[in-house]
Amino acid sequence: MEALRNFFLPPAKTAVAEQYDTLFWFVHISSLVVTIGIVVAIIYFIIKYRRKSENDVTPVITHNNKLEVTWSVIPLIITLVLFGWGFQTYIDMTKAPTDAYEVNVTAQKWLWRFQYKSGASTTNELHVPAGRPVKLIMQSQDVIHSFFVPDFRIKQDVIPGRYTEAWFQAREPGESIVFCTEYCGTDHSNMLAKVIVHEPEEFAQWLEDNSGAATKPTDLAPADWGEQLVQQNACATCHSTDGTELTGPTWQGTFGSEEQLADGSTVTVDENYIRESILNPNAKIVQGYGQVMPSYQGQLNDEQINAIIEYIKTLK
Amino acid sequence: MATAEASSNMKKVQVRRYKPEENADTNYLNAESGLRSWLLTKDHKRIGILYLIATTFFFFFGGLLALGIRMELWTPAATFIEADTYNQLFTLHGVIMIFLFLVPAVPAILGNFFLPMQIGAKDVAFPKLNLASWYIYMIGAIGTIFVIFAGGIDTGWTFYMPYSSTTGGAVTFMSFGVFILGFSSILTGINFITTIHKMRAPGITWGKLPLFCWSLYATSIIQILATPVLAITLALVGMERLLGIGIFDPALGGDPVLFQHFFWFYSHPAVYIMIVPGFGVVSEIVSTFSKKTIFGYWAIAMSSLAIAFISFLVWGHHMFVSGQASLANMVFSFLTFLVGIPTGIKMFNWLATMHKGSISLKTPMLYILGFFFLFTVGGLTGIALATIAIDIHLHDTYYVVAHFHFVMVGGMVMAYLGGLYYWWPKMSGRMYNETLGKISALLVFLGFNVTFLPQFVMGAQGMPRRYFNYIDQFQGFHQVSTIGAFILGIGFAMVFYNLVKSLFNGEKASANPWNSRALEWQVASPAPPHNFDHIPVLIHGPYDYHKPMADFQLGLAQTNGHEPEMGTHIEADKEVEMKD
Amino acid sequence: MANKTSTHAHPKHLYHHFIDSEQQFSAAKMGMWIFLGTEILMFGGLFAAYIIYRAWYPELFTMASHELNTIWGAVNTVVLIGSSLTVAMAIKSAQLNQKRNIAINLGITIALACVFMVIKYFEYTHKFHLGIYPGEFYTFDGIEHPKANIFFSLYYLMTGLHGIHVTIGIGLMSWLLWRSLKGDYDSEYYTPVEITGLYWHLVDIIWIFLFPLFYLID
Repeated sequence: MEALRNFFLPPAKTAVAEQYDTLFWFVHISSLVVTIGIVVAIIYFIIKYRRKSENDVTPVITHNNKLEVTWSVIPLIITLVLFGWGFQTYIDMTKAPTDAYEVNVTAQKWLWRFQYKSGASTTNELHVPAGRPVKLIMQSQDVIHSFFVPDFRIKQDVIPGRYTEAWFQAREPGESIVFCTEYCGTDHSNMLAKVIVHEPEEFAQWLEDNSGAATKPTDLAPADWGEQLVQQNACATCHSTDGTELTGPTWQGTFGSEEQLADGSTVTVDENYIRESILNPNAKIVQGYGQVMPSYQGQLNDEQINAIIEYIKTLK
Repeated sequence: MATAEASSNMKKVQVRRYKPEENADTNYLNAESGLRSWLLTKDHKRIGILYLIATTFFFFFGGLLALGIRMELWTPAATFIEADTYNQLFTLHGVIMIFLFLVPAVPAILGNFFLPMQIGAKDVAFPKLNLASWYIYMIGAIGTIFVIFAGGIDTGWTFYMPYSSTTGGAVTFMSFGVFILGFSSILTGINFITTIHKMRAPGITWGKLPLFCWSLYATSIIQILATPVLAITLALVGMERLLGIGIFDPALGGDPVLFQHFFWFYSHPAVYIMIVPGFGVVSEIVSTFSKKTIFGYWAIAMSSLAIAFISFLVWGHHMFVSGQASLANMVFSFLTFLVGIPTGIKMFNWLATMHKGSISLKTPMLYILGFFFLFTVGGLTGIALATIAIDIHLHDTYYVVAHFHFVMVGGMVMAYLGGLYYWWPKMSGRMYNETLGKISALLVFLGFNVTFLPQFVMGAQGMPRRYFNYIDQFQGFHQVSTIGAFILGIGFAMVFYNLVKSLFNGEKASANPWNSRALEWQVASPAPPHNFDHIPVLIHGPYDYHKPMADFQLGLAQTNGHEPEMGTHIEADKEVEMKD
Repeated sequence: MANKTSTHAHPKHLYHHFIDSEQQFSAAKMGMWIFLGTEILMFGGLFAAYIIYRAWYPELFTMASHELNTIWGAVNTVVLIGSSLTVAMAIKSAQLNQKRNIAINLGITIALACVFMVIKYFEYTHKFHLGIYPGEFYTFDGIEHPKANIFFSLYYLMTGLHGIHVTIGIGLMSWLLWRSLKGDYDSEYYTPVEITGLYWHLVDIIWIFLFPLFYLID
């Protein structure tokens, strides 16, 4: 039974998800019963009433009011039950408790950014405490995206120009995958993130450690910190470090090279060009690439940009 | 022999029996010849054939795109194409299958051909308009195909804003292509409704209208009411790109969710444009191959109209996670359940028709049996998706993909193929190969299930749709699905082979190979140029299998200037009573 | 419908697939009515967009409406109502078998429709002159509202689509005029005049909705 359940649905990691699963199984098992009933009826009919000769005479049965009312009213009642039950569960799934911990979510092509009350911010990793409701306040920078965590059974479109909300309360520490489920272009299927659920104390510690992410940790060399920032900001979604062609130009050997721009001119990739490309990506686009990169103005400070430049320099 | 029903609106007319001619010399295919006679034809039957040729081409083209999609999904990362190409593939697959195949298939091919014959008319009300709608369809279709060479389109068939206003490619071109296709659909709808109202032969009261006509009537109502809204919506998408009108684009102050309301206001009813004519085909075939009166005629006829009506009120169920108000979600969920009821009623009526029938398992009937299973699964998973809570998790996953393929392919395409086999003798004058027909039907059924059953599981596990890459755990499901797609493809190719082969060496079809009571079978095969040389008169309903065949071959004794042609068997005049 | 045989001889205009002229006429009329239904739905999409935006930004609609010239709008309304009248008179003339009057009335209708389009042309060019273009090309700064461009997008879309209908109407009517001059229409057969008249009334009615919705907001 357990195996069958796991075959059809991902693990239920919240109380709401379990509530969801009960309804899911009720609908699907009753549907299965109906389907089997219909299949059995069809098989029985085609065996029993198979044409014996071309002169078969069949009875004239035009209608049967009692029967027709029965098979209209019973499904109606069942669907009304489903409707009520489904709506109740829906309210539970979408109405966040008032004491929820709030995280701001920004979606853009093709990454998720999470901002916490303490000032910490992460990309493609959502850190949350276990056992406490978390409310996501979501907005998109460009097109419509959708935030979907199968383990929590939550999904909500993320729309430009307005806020939408979702909430969950993870029970145990662990990791769950996040998908973007509203088609958003080339890297739609790479727009994944992780929800990392910590023990509450661990989460408090994590927040403390990461709130100051804007300044360089003392124990890191600038290039190493740059590498960390690149990871946090999911730059590698579009820029490879090993020469692979992705949405943006690779960083391997780019520093110091001459690049042909879309308008025909050339540019030497130096500190100024990289800085400009981070803050104002569409100013000078390398030939053959699209205007897809969002600006990181206000998201990376000078010190961080310097660290990233140092890191890019190491990619020979 | 006349009905003894005494009623004030009964009147007497002189009729004769017009027995269908076997091996007639002239039929609609050979009455005129040359390409010109086809391209300028106003004969609804020939226009039906023109549609058949065009949609078959697009069906196989769309099918090849589907195989491309399935092949790409064989591995979790890139298999043989890039992400952008993949996105164009599924967009084109959707657009072609929906607008170029599913919407026109049953109404424009089978409907065009058989609607006038079933109501005893010589043609549809507006034959020139009918031909015009084929040309409009072809212009729109060629425009749609041309998009591939004009930069492609990667928006998905839903054209969601603001993605569709910002992405590159030929979106403007495509939106005008679909806009044009919409007019073809509208004109067909106008033609059918007028034909059904004004062109019925004496004795064909609303209560004797074949259920296929009822289903086309309901479909046409949806077509004329919903398609203009799609047309204007897509025109707005085009304007958004050309002029930046800003109604849907948030960057210019507009609202992208408003687009979804506009789009689904058409596109949900469009689902019923695709499936309701299929219901009509099922009713015809079930009755004929069970040799039994249809059970619950009025329930089936009225449920089509009920579906047409409710279909306009449920569009919001595509938007349960779009951020629309909970109250709106509640109302749309409720109404969506309601649309399930008339659909369920049809299912039970068809089963009751088979009960105590004389069931013959010829190829058309096999497709309908396949339809029963697949459509039940498609319908019941629709009920699951109508339950708001359940939809939250399943929305935009492969579960939804599987659901609408069960309804569209499992429902509509199975009914269409059943109908095509069923009416093939009348259309081509030839019998197809029964053994090959049965094998291909089984192959289609098998291939379909292998393709789409795993997608339900994958979707419930969380696999999102329109994904080029996917996480490793889904690979097994995807590979089974891909294998199924190829089985399905072989099945469809066999259907094509079988029907085309019959044109060359098929056995000559008799006028009424299935012993049906319906009017279209009471003329020669292939159909005569003007369907009937007499004015047919109906005294029984089209499913009255307890009445003798001769009763269904009556026509006015007095002809309207057209003398019956030589060789037509005419029995002595009789007098019958019929409702006016 | 039964048994309407050989009461009429087979007239020239009767298509082979109809039993008699009456059936043909009523079919054509019904087809046109259904088509008008689709037209209403098509404009309905734009009216829905209008209603939604007006509900969201009522103050914008009041402000922006002042940029539209009520007097010319009113003149155009009168012109169109007049043309509806003359087209109805053309049909009446046909029924009375006054062949010459059909052509005269159609001629007046075409002239009025052209007057409407000319006035529309001046209204548009005046706005373009001020920088009131649709959508993103909007450069006018006389209205203090961030969404003023959307009001004018709606204005251009709705009046533009209506203008296209008027133009199509002029084309249809010119064809009718030509055929009526050839004497093709009489009291026996005037279906094209009748159904084009229906179409023209719809075009008129849509304008009667557009006029207050854009010009007369207060």
